[in-house]
Amino acid sequence: MPLLEVKNLKTHFFSDDAITKAVDGVSYNVEAGETVALVGESGCGKSVSSLSVMQLIPQPPGKIVDGEIIFGGQNLLELDREAMRRKRGREIAMIFQEPMTSLNPVISIETQLTEAMTLQLGITPKEAHTRAVELLDRVGIPEPDVRIKQYPHVFSGGMRQRVMVAMALSCEPKLIIADEPTTALDVTIQAQILDLMQDLAKERDMALLIITHNLGVVARYADRINIMYAGRIIERGTCKDIFADPRHPYTLGLLESIPRLDQPKGSKLIPIQGQPPNLSDLPPGCSFQPRCRFAQDKCSVEYPDITDLRNNHSSACWEVNNFKAIVESGVSK
Amino acid sequence: MTSATPLLEVRNLSKEFPVGSGGFWSRNSQTIKAVQDVSFSIQPGETLGLVGESGSGKTTLGRSIIRLHEPTSGQILLDGKNVLDLKRSELQRVRRRMQIIFQDPYSSLDPRLSAGNIVGEGLLIHNLTSSKSEYRERVAELFELVGLNPIMMNRFPHEFSGGQRQRIGIARALAVEPEFIVCDEPVSALDVSIQAQIINLLEELQEQLNLAYLFVAHDLSVVRHISDRIAVMYLGRVVEIAEGDELYKNPTHPYTRALMSGIPIPDPVIEETRDRMVLTGEIPSPLNPPSGCVFNPRCPIADDRCPKIVPELRAVGDDHFAACINADGYGAVSANS
Repeated sequence: MPLLEVKNLKTHFFSDDAITKAVDGVSYNVEAGETVALVGESGCGKSVSSLSVMQLIPQPPGKIVDGEIIFGGQNLLELDREAMRRKRGREIAMIFQEPMTSLNPVISIETQLTEAMTLQLGITPKEAHTRAVELLDRVGIPEPDVRIKQYPHVFSGGMRQRVMVAMALSCEPKLIIADEPTTALDVTIQAQILDLMQDLAKERDMALLIITHNLGVVARYADRINIMYAGRIIERGTCKDIFADPRHPYTLGLLESIPRLDQPKGSKLIPIQGQPPNLSDLPPGCSFQPRCRFAQDKCSVEYPDITDLRNNHSSACWEVNNFKAIVESGVSK
Repeated sequence: MTSATPLLEVRNLSKEFPVGSGGFWSRNSQTIKAVQDVSFSIQPGETLGLVGESGSGKTTLGRSIIRLHEPTSGQILLDGKNVLDLKRSELQRVRRRMQIIFQDPYSSLDPRLSAGNIVGEGLLIHNLTSSKSEYRERVAELFELVGLNPIMMNRFPHEFSGGQRQRIGIARALAVEPEFIVCDEPVSALDVSIQAQIINLLEELQEQLNLAYLFVAHDLSVVRHISDRIAVMYLGRVVEIAEGDELYKNPTHPYTRALMSGIPIPDPVIEETRDRMVLTGEIPSPLNPPSGCVFNPRCPIADDRCPKIVPELRAVGDDHFAACINADGYGAVSANS
């Protein structure tokens, strides 16, 4: 049984004149101890789908209208507020993108770090303090016994993100959801934080769900990948399958459009034409169809179901089975 | 470097910013040395990539070159003539030849001007068109050049997407027919699928108009893709400069090596076997930089001499310069490992 199983999740946002289908029928799972990536561009619904798992969607305007989120055998959507509150931090923790805004500026690091532990683990403040110092030391903060007394503003971006990692670890959750954990950080610091998270996950047998737009990060750290476009997962598979044998034109488009460090100047980038659609006014049929260079008449009529190929490699494209042949024949609009 | 006269030559450029001192009565104000003693040249039609992390001074350097900041010392030679000696009126003429494209397509366009007026402003300032109809024609032409429909001329910036706004920014820079453009992180605010559109556009325009670029970015993958030569900056100094392939194949400065290995390659098979070097620590404050080589506190191969000597750029290969006293030794170390 997977640790986390999201089934047909639909999270919509309601305003006076429109319904924005930020997440519209998303299913994925995370096994204990593995690293899974949810990949997509801004506005594809990847953050909303992870916030839905934590039930941190502002309500209204947002609402989880359908689906199940099964964590450790229990449907989180059936829990009451209090029971859900006990899951957050204790069993599922979250690391946010902005280390500058996700810590409270007027509360010391110590209070922020020990608060959850005393509440969730029922340990004394003194024990919590000792553990907090150990955690700061583990995530690589020098002089943890001194720095624990300080406030977030004296920490650099990288250091704050380390504090966030320590905070996420504090109650020894089984799953950490990291929403663009290093996007706001510099390259050399990014590598430090991601390596740290990966080491800790291995060391403590935690699962990681990484939400990112960076395919390089995914290639380096993820075991399995789910690619999202316009509120749905359009392809999923193991990291190796997705990169070596992409079966959806959007995945292929992403891979062809990013410059790579190992390719020389002038290697051809093939951009994806047009722009991601407006989620409150999706095109008919497949959402990617207006930008797809292989689109056929059928594509604008009906949304293709996600189809399993093999090894849990699946794609939501009508041409999933002869995708390679189509790419090679170079059919383009 | 090639023997032909460069279009642009920067010599020993430094830029310091005074910062607020300790208190009201305190007299000695401190300075931040944002750019220190930087020299390089750019040929017509060439792209020099400038890569570095936040606080490395790359943006300040780019802006100092077109005198959006007044450099503290050094020379900027355009066709051999020092731009820093020019008077205001002369500077305006030179500005026609040097333009900039900014990072943030949201804040760099005046929200109260129509897209057409943003693009055409330079034409009016420099009197490049003689009649209203010629002006409109030229603006329409610029819109088409960057892949925007001229019908959109009367729209305002908020009606455009990020990628389209960046196209407006590019058209604005091209309006005065420059020879040299500073591209300051032109794609880092854009989504992955839109980035490639803008990168391709910049490359096509370069070929068509023989533009020279100084391409400033933190993402070495993007810089490698577009640049002929690459300069790596750390804490205000250029620590290594070389032709793109040479830099990728033989990175010599330990910081360049770390920066490269920090960037994941989107291919899990390559990633599995890649040599990785993860730096410890963070960029020190430019207010209080380390003595000697600024990289020495984070450097894996630093020795006793490094905190004492400020290393100069010296040749380590063909057209390849690095500022590290242990650069040769490093090659030997990595060959052994």
